[in-house]
Amino acid sequence: MTETTTSSALPEKLAGATPEVIARPIRGLSDKAIAWFFIGPTILLLLAINIFPLIWTIWLSFTNYRANRPNAEVKMVGLDWYHRILGDGDVWLAMQTTAHFVVWTIIIETVLGFGLAWLIDKKFRGHGLWTTVILIPMMLSPAVVGNFWTFLYQPQSGLFNYVVGFLTGIDPSSFQMLGSVRLSPWAIVIVDAWMWTPYVMLICLAGLRSIPDYIYEAAEVDRASPWRQFWSITLPMALPFIMLAVLFRGIENFKMFDMVNLLTGGGPGSTTEVVSITLKRQAFESWRTGYSSALAIILFVTVFGLANIYVKALNRVKQR
Amino acid sequence: MSDQTAAPRASLLSRFLRLRRGPWENLATILIGLGVVMLMQPFSATAYAYSFITILAGTAMFAIVSHFPE
Repeated sequence: MTETTTSSALPEKLAGATPEVIARPIRGLSDKAIAWFFIGPTILLLLAINIFPLIWTIWLSFTNYRANRPNAEVKMVGLDWYHRILGDGDVWLAMQTTAHFVVWTIIIETVLGFGLAWLIDKKFRGHGLWTTVILIPMMLSPAVVGNFWTFLYQPQSGLFNYVVGFLTGIDPSSFQMLGSVRLSPWAIVIVDAWMWTPYVMLICLAGLRSIPDYIYEAAEVDRASPWRQFWSITLPMALPFIMLAVLFRGIENFKMFDMVNLLTGGGPGSTTEVVSITLKRQAFESWRTGYSSALAIILFVTVFGLANIYVKALNRVKQR
Repeated sequence: MSDQTAAPRASLLSRFLRLRRGPWENLATILIGLGVVMLMQPFSATAYAYSFITILAGTAMFAIVSHFPE
């Protein structure tokens, strides 16, 4: 009883301790006004760092503005940059390179991630330790990963070439993962798969653990084989989670920049030039700000569209 | 026989005309997916040229139809 009285008196004591200069203007405000008082700064910050740059980029995409010539006259060019980008063979090629990267990373990460999740779900001895070990690559910064995989891929001293040479008998110094036109697109796929397979595994594991045991018990009563149980229970029930992982990795890899930039910088030539590298080159090497703004808007609309599908898939998973 | 084939068509059309979220969201999702495929495919430059407008139409449609009743 004493505790209740003390706890109810505390807010009044605190209210009494508020300086009169602050308390007086707030005292007469409605709940709605106080709510706006608290969320106002956040909304202002959001407008300043998110919405304003977006609107400015949209405006720049209709102009001939160049960031290295800020005093030059700015002219409106209408939809000219959009027409050029959508007829530009180099950007189309960068989109295809991005597609190669996105499709193969998704396939590898989904197959390996689901396989690992399925094994971890069996709860063998030490599965907790192995889960932590598997998750380590995901916790590293892409900059760190890019740097140390550059060392691993070194033809003379890199561990990757040595292991491939040891397993296949090929001379380790006879091939270059990052310097070869044929191998470099696969080099970035391998690094991304190494880093993000644990993430897909985590989502798949959540899906597998959401399947109730009684369904498997009923299947065993009906003498369903393990193979049949996998195709008729495990896979269909984990599918919404797998779709979620696929969409998330698809969106992330579509706008992948840091890791590819550190590993290959888009080279050799333009064999690993994903579209975000093209954007950087146009914006900060060719200084075509209007053109790069239009490309940025195209990428933004694409990612926004995919994000809509992602949210829809997420809601479906939540409804389960 | 002809009545049996006509019935599903009418029901699909009426589902769209009732302005419910489900079928319209599915249509917008298909448009976005188609646009992304058109953007990244290596076969047709014409498909690449029309990819952005397809994605934009799908995204705008998605934003509008998400306000429709369930």
